[in-house]
Amino acid sequence: MSQNAARTETMVLNMGPHHPSTHGVLRLILELDGEVVVKATPDIGYLHTGIEKTAESLNYTGAISLWDRVDYLAPLSNNLGFVLAVEKLLDIANIPPRAQCLRVLLVELQRIASHLVWLGTQAIDIGAVSVFLYCFREREQIIDIFEMVSGARMMTSYIRVGGLAQDIPEGFEKKVRDFIRTFPKRIDEYETLLTQNQIWRDRTVGIGKLSAEEAIDLGVTGPILRGSGLNWDIRKSHPYSSYEQFEFEVPLGQNGDVYDRYLCRIREMRESLKIVEQALNRLPKGPVIIDDRKIVPPPREELATSMEAVIHHFKIYTEGFKPPVGEVYVSIEGPRGELGFFVVSDGSAQPYRVRVRPPSFINLQALPRMLQGRLLADVVACIASIDIVLGEVDR
Amino acid sequence: MELLSPLVPILIIVIKSGVAIFALVTAFAYAVWIERRVMARMQSRIGPNRAGPFGLLQPLADAVKVLLKEEIIPQDAKVPIYLLAPAVSLVPALLSFAVVPIGPEIEILGQKITLYLADLNVGVLYVFALASVGVYGIVLAGWSSGSKYSFLGALRSSAQMLSYELPLGLSVVGALMLAGTLSLVQLVEAQKNAWFILLQPLGFLIFIVSAVAEVNRAPFDLPEAETELVAGYHTEYTSIKWAFFYMAEYINMIVVSSIAVTLFFGGWQGPFFPPAVWYFLKVAAFIFLFIWLRATLPRLRYDRLMQFGWKILLPLSLVNIIATAAIMVWQG
Amino acid sequence: MEAFFWVVAIPATVSAVGVVMMRDTVYSALLLVVHLLAVAVLFVLLNAQLIAAVQVVVYAGAIMVLFLFVIMMLGLGRGEGVKEKLPLQRPVALLFGGAMAILLGVVMSQTTIQPVAGALTPGDVLAMGGNTQVVGRLLFSDYLLAFEVTSILLLVAIIGAVVLAKRRL
Repeated sequence: MSQNAARTETMVLNMGPHHPSTHGVLRLILELDGEVVVKATPDIGYLHTGIEKTAESLNYTGAISLWDRVDYLAPLSNNLGFVLAVEKLLDIANIPPRAQCLRVLLVELQRIASHLVWLGTQAIDIGAVSVFLYCFREREQIIDIFEMVSGARMMTSYIRVGGLAQDIPEGFEKKVRDFIRTFPKRIDEYETLLTQNQIWRDRTVGIGKLSAEEAIDLGVTGPILRGSGLNWDIRKSHPYSSYEQFEFEVPLGQNGDVYDRYLCRIREMRESLKIVEQALNRLPKGPVIIDDRKIVPPPREELATSMEAVIHHFKIYTEGFKPPVGEVYVSIEGPRGELGFFVVSDGSAQPYRVRVRPPSFINLQALPRMLQGRLLADVVACIASIDIVLGEVDR
Repeated sequence: MELLSPLVPILIIVIKSGVAIFALVTAFAYAVWIERRVMARMQSRIGPNRAGPFGLLQPLADAVKVLLKEEIIPQDAKVPIYLLAPAVSLVPALLSFAVVPIGPEIEILGQKITLYLADLNVGVLYVFALASVGVYGIVLAGWSSGSKYSFLGALRSSAQMLSYELPLGLSVVGALMLAGTLSLVQLVEAQKNAWFILLQPLGFLIFIVSAVAEVNRAPFDLPEAETELVAGYHTEYTSIKWAFFYMAEYINMIVVSSIAVTLFFGGWQGPFFPPAVWYFLKVAAFIFLFIWLRATLPRLRYDRLMQFGWKILLPLSLVNIIATAAIMVWQG
Repeated sequence: MEAFFWVVAIPATVSAVGVVMMRDTVYSALLLVVHLLAVAVLFVLLNAQLIAAVQVVVYAGAIMVLFLFVIMMLGLGRGEGVKEKLPLQRPVALLFGGAMAILLGVVMSQTTIQPVAGALTPGDVLAMGGNTQVVGRLLFSDYLLAFEVTSILLLVAIIGAVVLAKRRL
């Protein structure tokens, strides 16, 4: 290609941060030869908010609300990751079964919601506008459920150290059952529009290939890794929050292209729905939070009768709890991959340092590799298939 | 009155042209409204329903909005061409409607009036000629905007429109051979007994696919693929200049539907209703098809689009011509 | 009709001059398009609608778009900075150009130009079924050999272009 002098002249295209399909404020510096990408350089940091630093000035309960804003498409998964880390720091092992089961249920709903946003944006990036709107219609159902339990549609902060903020309200089960009933048909609908669609296959099969070795070298996780054929799911390999009691499969791809990632995520949604159903069927009775007054505030009605309760209440809301000195790393399988929280405690009520292992940030590293030598039209398909959330990439 | 009589034919032409342009612009406005409503229904939304009953005044509101938008001329624009491009895009679209026959002759006030502006001997070629001139609007817009996205959009669309003009032109040759004429009016009359869709099914398929590509509609809407090129060649256009491109796209869609109806679906012919109504219904069906496609299909990739045009549609259209010729010779 | 001729002929000439005079190659190409369109209208005035339509489809619609395509792709915007490689070019061109102009002027002042009537009048053409039909009939009867030879020539040109453009077949 470079033999001919006229052909070596490349054009630099600045894609983003204001671009409809960079999923937020990602900036890509593309070197184009015609429409072929010679080199792609992602430029990040436009959404940096210093969230990890902010966490150092809040107490542990207060910090939970920050992680909603890191990955705003999967707030509950982020809540859970951080809470599990703090629980490990505090060495709490006796989380009530009801809380554990509900955590799994909600996090799996969250996975579906997040995958729906991914599917919608992937589809609209490739030009299938209607799928986008269908996906958001279903996501609305899930968000309604979240609003029902936590009072907030997106910034839930519902999972707390020791359990959950409160028990689920009446009517919760009916809503989830409605969703379980309708959703499989909806997935079938998306699949009839896309899976065997010749144009869709043309746009995704063989695009953005990542071999299993490359995927490991780059440290990618989640559906991208599994799309490349590697069976790695933290829910299976290091079960947390009672995942070992649930039956589900881990969908795998073969070729590691956009199409395989698409199939993986579609099947993951079906598996997640299975988990949600199992969790709902077996939902145990009992409390949703541990009964440890040093960590969890006392119930509201006790405040009127017990002086001790008032003191505990006062201590927790003015100061918070103080985990022992130490450091922990806990990771969970978020919708986008391994979502890890590294928490250091110096014995005070505020974390000394919190570091998030954001799956989007690490998966984004694979983008230049995927784009090399591909067409401009493939760029958007690849970005979408990584399923980045810029809030998480930049933090 | 006697003195004025030579002026009457000219007067009729002028009035007819005015009516045609007004009708086209109105049709454009309501094509947009229908598209928005129908797409909304297909996507489980409601669509514009606030302005007037069923949102019927929405086009008017949109027009006012567009007119009042700020005029922006980019710093790097080549100004004369940048200003000229929207007109170059719109005018051929309007002109090509001149040969489309809506119906046969009617009589108003003792004057015989034909429901078309001109019955050209080379009617079909005239439409293709204007379509090929319309490409300039897009090429010039992309080049003169001084933006890379616009430029890429322009390159894509010129390549696309050039490539699809060939199968588009060749796909109708079968129908032209059957009718033995290039005049659109005579083509309609030749379909008295059998619509050409029955005799030329392959030709029609090639025609409709190429037509979708030629007017840059989904799934061939690469020049304005918003997720890749922002808005393609008209990224840097605002206000009325942008509206011109928009109008050109929809009017081209109407013209192409009209040509499809005229060449393959018997034009204005049909039982019970007056001819113009049949013409209108048939064109509306095509517009609906365009909208349906847009709501359903993802977008093709550029290289696939070119391969499809050159490696599949073009040979197929040649096969169609040869087969038609062979059958015509065989049947005498 | 005479008036229409002037309405079209003047822009045709002006744009033709513009093609040569313009510094920016894009403008040159665009003026050439204008010129071709004007000539197409002249064809219409001569009752040759088919030729007019073909002129627009092929020359204005296809070939010139490709021209523009190449000019824009290679970014040959303006040629101001280009230094003349042949310094003698200008005076020599003036000399021969002037000689040519004088020669033409002398010849034209000595002769009167008379149009040669064609084989068919517009009325004949209409009687034979129209412009398109007559051209078609002639192409496939009297001029069949020339037509086929041309098509072979074009095919050779296409193959040559493909081979040149694509080194690795």
